[in-house]
Amino acid sequence: MFAYIIRRLGYAIPILIGINLLTFYLFFVVNSPDDMARMHLGMKRVTPEAVESWKASHGYDKPLLINSGAESIHKLTDTIFFEKSLKLFVFDFGSSDDGRDISFDIGQRMLPSLAIAIPSLIIGLLVNITFALLMAFFRGTYVDFTGVILCVVLMSVSAMFYIIGGQYLLAKVFRLMPISGFDGGLDALKFIILPVVIGVVSGIGAGSRWYRTFFLEEAGKDYVRTARAKGLAESLVLFRHILRNALIPIVTGVVSLLPLLFMGSLLLESFFAVPGLGSYTIDGIQNQDFAIVRVMVFLGSVLYIIGLIMVDIAYTIVDPRIRLT
Amino acid sequence: MIKPVILWTDMLIFLLTAVVVMFIFYARSKPHIRAPWQRVFTGKVASASVVVLLAFVLVGLLDSLHFRLPLASNGDNDEIHYAGEVMSALDTLVGPLRTQVEKTYSAPFAAHLFARETIKLADGSQIRDYPRLLYGARSLGDAVDGKTRDILLRSLLAFAEMLLASALILLLIAYWLARRHERPVRVLIQDILQDKLTIPWRTVLFMLSLLLLLLFLAINLAGAYHVLGTDKVGQDVFYLTLKSIRTGLVIGTLTTLIMLPFAIFMGIVAGYARGWIDDVVQYIYTTLNSIPGVLLIAAAILMLQVFIANHSDSFETTVERADIRLLFLCIILGITSWTGLCRLLRGESLKLREAEYIQAAVSFGVAHRKIITRHILPNVMHVVLITVVLDFSGLVLAEAVLSYVGVGVDPTMNSWGNMINGARLEMAREPVVWWSLLAAFLFMFILVLAANLFSDAVRDAFDPRTRDR
Repeated sequence: MFAYIIRRLGYAIPILIGINLLTFYLFFVVNSPDDMARMHLGMKRVTPEAVESWKASHGYDKPLLINSGAESIHKLTDTIFFEKSLKLFVFDFGSSDDGRDISFDIGQRMLPSLAIAIPSLIIGLLVNITFALLMAFFRGTYVDFTGVILCVVLMSVSAMFYIIGGQYLLAKVFRLMPISGFDGGLDALKFIILPVVIGVVSGIGAGSRWYRTFFLEEAGKDYVRTARAKGLAESLVLFRHILRNALIPIVTGVVSLLPLLFMGSLLLESFFAVPGLGSYTIDGIQNQDFAIVRVMVFLGSVLYIIGLIMVDIAYTIVDPRIRLT
Repeated sequence: MIKPVILWTDMLIFLLTAVVVMFIFYARSKPHIRAPWQRVFTGKVASASVVVLLAFVLVGLLDSLHFRLPLASNGDNDEIHYAGEVMSALDTLVGPLRTQVEKTYSAPFAAHLFARETIKLADGSQIRDYPRLLYGARSLGDAVDGKTRDILLRSLLAFAEMLLASALILLLIAYWLARRHERPVRVLIQDILQDKLTIPWRTVLFMLSLLLLLLFLAINLAGAYHVLGTDKVGQDVFYLTLKSIRTGLVIGTLTTLIMLPFAIFMGIVAGYARGWIDDVVQYIYTTLNSIPGVLLIAAAILMLQVFIANHSDSFETTVERADIRLLFLCIILGITSWTGLCRLLRGESLKLREAEYIQAAVSFGVAHRKIITRHILPNVMHVVLITVVLDFSGLVLAEAVLSYVGVGVDPTMNSWGNMINGARLEMAREPVVWWSLLAAFLFMFILVLAANLFSDAVRDAFDPRTRDR
């Protein structure tokens, strides 16, 4: 097991290098730092001196790959590639284009993101499984049929409609909770409820329909027929046999999402003004802060790869038939 | 003379349309391709959603015929100058909708503006009141009281027109079927109305009548009123939503069209060749997959913005600039979304290469290229088709989210995402300006719902795993 994890981590390294090279190419080669500087200073009538000073103050004034003006090892280290790209590997994120420390910001913003993401995930999972089980229990009847149609209708609605509609209805008309915002400590609770509710509701359609197929797939298998032939009650078959086995793909699917929870939800956080990583990313994109976008790309990829490894481990834990070699 | 403008996306759209039309003619002569499609069209839900989808496609195609009108020449030199504004066939069809611009917000069917203003009366005194709209309900003059009656009369007229047109279409369909089946028209009309045919013509007809009713309502009402209100700068919201259809369709179809050759080639070759080629392809798609999609798109669009700003001279009109950005968005979305299909195809061709008929072809000494094109490709096409139709609705929804984040289509382009983005802050107003949002969400919902229902039917008909159930 341990050796397997080490080997999987080894596979991750070339992927991370690939991502690093790709982002480096996108951010520094496709458009030179000069373009970036001009973009930030306003496109028209920028003096070359202003561009140079902007680049110098943000550390973009070095050569891209090889610094021929420097001594020995500094030929390679005193470059944009080393300073801006390779340092990501040791989680040295540097500062954003408006001069803030990115690592500090990320540390600050992780908790609010998780405060929204974790409850949404858990409640969403429970709700989706419940609905999926209901549809699977009544399979082939009108309950199932209307359920599926309802799911398709629900998943055809834009996520933004759920957010705007929910904010309007629950917060503005019924005044049940604040429209948006965030607070530390226990006060955060009243700000969390609405985004969590909307996050769960917007996922019901796609989620329950997807889980329903897992349940139906299990329901068609031989061991289920055997269980029924033994004379087990249908509810017992459903909960003890079908549910447990169908949980394998569901749980492993959720596990792959776990690390990405840190990244937060772009839409929910920015609509509800939650100071999490999702809104951080959006702000970075909207302010055209290349440093933040670059760091978030790297961070997201690392978390995704961790998720992939966790899925493999989770499989061996929930399904004893699978052995890692 | 008008000057036709062929945008990049127009070209691709017409290419796609031509391919689809050619495929239909090709499939008509091949029973094994026709059979699953017939299964799709025997479903009532699927047939109804196809009618809706076709209506959207028609609007999108009309909106893809672009041209520039000549300016009135003032001298006697032969050189013609063209207006900077690019129009489409749809613009000429809806005519007044485009030009009847109010001052600012007005509610659907309103006769007055949404906000109070200081109005100067003829005798020089000033009052604060809701100003009369320039175009909305203009035909009534100042007698606004008759508005409800006017709307009702126009709706009734639309309903009558719809009944007439539906009856005509019923006759046409019956006549066409009668010639094909060589049976009397009267019998076929009965069959259609009692839904006795394999294709549920009654449902199709019902859906058509519904759309026709909407069409006639639009024709009768939209000229005289702003049926969906006006937005912040006074543009007709109904016109904006119509224009947004093309953007949604382009994103939904061109994205998959662009990524398709990549995904098919890489997936099949990886699965068929195995070895180091497989490793390389797997490496590429794992790498691309691990970058969060939104961020990759954001990074690429930020880069494109810099590029456009640096090369602003090479675009003649704003429409052309917006179009390049739309195309680029499709390409980037394609790059982030081809990985799923590629993985599916790789798995499928890994399985297929062990199949007996492929083994037989190999032992006969058939060239690899021929095995791939003749034996593997036709047998994975159902995977491709299912992915294309399943992806469509997700892409239409994604456009709105991306535009909200600021990395979607050009802000000057009409799209549902831009409409939502522009109107979402107005929900905080008192009273609420709801019509822009609702119109965008409603049109998007209808398109996505129809696409989802259709793709379910396609999947059920083509997926061998669900076919037997």
